[in-house]
Amino acid sequence: MTISRRRFLEWVTAAGVGSAAASTAKAAHGDFGGYPDSYGVLYDATLCVGCRSCEAACNEVNELPSPDKPFADLSVFDKKRRTDYRSYTVVNRYDPPESKKPVYRKTQCNHCLEPACASACFVGAFKKTPEGAVEYDASVCVGCRYCIIACPFNIPTYEYDEALTPRVMKCTMCLPRVKEGKLPGCVEACPVEALTFGRRKDLIAVAHERIRKYPGRYIDHVYGQHEMGGTSWMYISGVPFTKIDLRTDLGSTPAPEMTSGALALVPMVIGLWPVLLGGIYKITERKEKIALAEKNESVAGAVAAANEAADNKAKAATERFKKDKEKAVEAAVKKTLAEAEKEKEKGKEGE
Amino acid sequence: MTDQVAPVEKKSFFTPFNIFATIVILIGIPLTILRFTKGLGGVTNLDDTNPWGIWIGFDLLTGVALAAGGYVTAAAVEVFGMKKYHAAVRPAILTGFLGYSMVVFALLYDVGRPWRLPYPFFVSQGVTSIMFEVGACVALYLTVLFLEFSPAALEWLGLKKLRSWIVKLTITLTILGVMLSTLHQSSLGAMFLIAPSKLHPLWYSPYLPVFFFVSSIAAGLSMVLFEATVTHKPFHNKMDEDHLAIYDNLAFGFGKAASLVLGGYFAIKVFGIALGNNWHYLGTGYGLWFMVEMFGFVLLPSLLFAIGTRERNAGLIRKAAFITVFGIFLNRINITLICFNWHLPWSERYFPNWMEIGISVFVVTVGLVAYKFIVTRMPIFYEHPDYKEEH
Repeated sequence: MTISRRRFLEWVTAAGVGSAAASTAKAAHGDFGGYPDSYGVLYDATLCVGCRSCEAACNEVNELPSPDKPFADLSVFDKKRRTDYRSYTVVNRYDPPESKKPVYRKTQCNHCLEPACASACFVGAFKKTPEGAVEYDASVCVGCRYCIIACPFNIPTYEYDEALTPRVMKCTMCLPRVKEGKLPGCVEACPVEALTFGRRKDLIAVAHERIRKYPGRYIDHVYGQHEMGGTSWMYISGVPFTKIDLRTDLGSTPAPEMTSGALALVPMVIGLWPVLLGGIYKITERKEKIALAEKNESVAGAVAAANEAADNKAKAATERFKKDKEKAVEAAVKKTLAEAEKEKEKGKEGE
Repeated sequence: MTDQVAPVEKKSFFTPFNIFATIVILIGIPLTILRFTKGLGGVTNLDDTNPWGIWIGFDLLTGVALAAGGYVTAAAVEVFGMKKYHAAVRPAILTGFLGYSMVVFALLYDVGRPWRLPYPFFVSQGVTSIMFEVGACVALYLTVLFLEFSPAALEWLGLKKLRSWIVKLTITLTILGVMLSTLHQSSLGAMFLIAPSKLHPLWYSPYLPVFFFVSSIAAGLSMVLFEATVTHKPFHNKMDEDHLAIYDNLAFGFGKAASLVLGGYFAIKVFGIALGNNWHYLGTGYGLWFMVEMFGFVLLPSLLFAIGTRERNAGLIRKAAFITVFGIFLNRINITLICFNWHLPWSERYFPNWMEIGISVFVVTVGLVAYKFIVTRMPIFYEHPDYKEEH
């Protein structure tokens, strides 16, 4: 196959564009602003009066079990509460020194643009829908509760007393109602319009507009615009957010990015470990082979040397034996001759 | 308790170990029934803010780390060619196999719908989850460990042909085991990467996966020595000359390795603090606790291993191994429980229910009974006479 210079240059350029596109995609991933035209809710802590109408409405539209104390009972504010399997949303009362009157803050799922729960779930039971809600599918849930570990806002709850079919329970942003064109239950029920439902991008504009119009009334920050990469439920407040239990140290990095690096290393280990370990094994095997060969060689050498020495010894012994034999023969002959001589002489004398 | 396990010749059932195991199992069965009739709420102190307790911190995280002896020993002998420790491979593989089996056993209690555990692979794949990777690797590695262990069982059963097939796979299985262990040992640490706002900064680090992997090597080495120590007396009559002969040499070899690994682990933990610039936390209560873990259960055993190796003091090495095993437990418990949700007031924190501890003890006891059953029957501490000449 021949490659023209032109074709080659085309390839190089394509590869360059490809990698550039990949890095753009990554940057875009970090800046994911949510589905276009997705919905959200803006909560205004300066308007909320703590009437718990939202809690009651939520309980009703989601057909949740009835609570221990009726919704009209305001003594629940004496203790800090959190969401649980019977309540997708709760309102807490705070008495920060910055405010003369009590401040209320509603808690529910913030419907992150890039949800930690969805990233953490190993069966993909959570899904960010184009409408803005983070939807949970109990039909695949194993009940490992990693979503609860992962959620930076401590939102998902679990049916701990359900023996065989426990579900994770959390706010749905009333997705079925939204799809029907209705407002979420809590928003509809709020008598003071502390909750505003709308397109997320419009809500951000509304929030900033309120802050601009009434600078003395608000802290200049829209909580949820950037927190954890942005959320669909956002907050504005007259007191610092930490005073109403909204953590300001979460940063703006979306949760999935925290684990993507570790996950990216998985294919590297799968690809390289067999090479590395196989290589070490082969080196070890070869070393052993060489060591064995060397051992055999030196053994053979030693055997040969020993054989030679033995041969020499045997030869010397044979030689000596031969000499000894010759000497003995000689001596015997001499002796016999001498004796014969003597006999002769004796005979002569006797004559 | 295990050192009082009666040798097989004594026929009486009422040995201290058997009595203990019977009591634990008799308590475990009603607790199991309670768990599956009343739900997690009936037996645990878990709640919405603290969804993971000792079944994750001890049974899963500590269990997997301490079962690392299988891959560490197999790699040392089969891949790195340290053939003189050959007699240590089978006990280590067996502990690994039973360890992982216990992990899965405990998970059946912890997850809400255990029969759905295959879902992530066959029904709905959540591939963005670190837990997906953990699950996939643990499932595959359990299979690998089963195959690595099977020759002992097949020798016992006398299935020579099948055994010889599996023995041929030894090196492939070993490399696969090391790869899978690298992945899931590190991923158990990576699971916490998603919660920087909940785990104390002294324990949270982008290096968490590396910390978990490196400490699992130290855990594996120490656990092999720990196991050799506790089985030495009760199963003495089961051990052949090879096995008894390496008892001290194994301590010197693995002790030296553990000393180096713990030294390296200490260093990268310090780098972790430097990377996050978290020095100022060392002056707090959690900082003190962190230093107890680092100096008492990482640096101290590292030094004891080194001294023991240099002075040929196997007893000291065995003590260091015990300290390391406890240190691994402490580290995993710190990350899952003690230093998790650290910013919350004590009233919102978790402390295990006695029934949770009961189930954990039950799971471990079932593992010990299985261990005893196997080593008194199968060629684990000795070589089967039919296969002696093979290596």
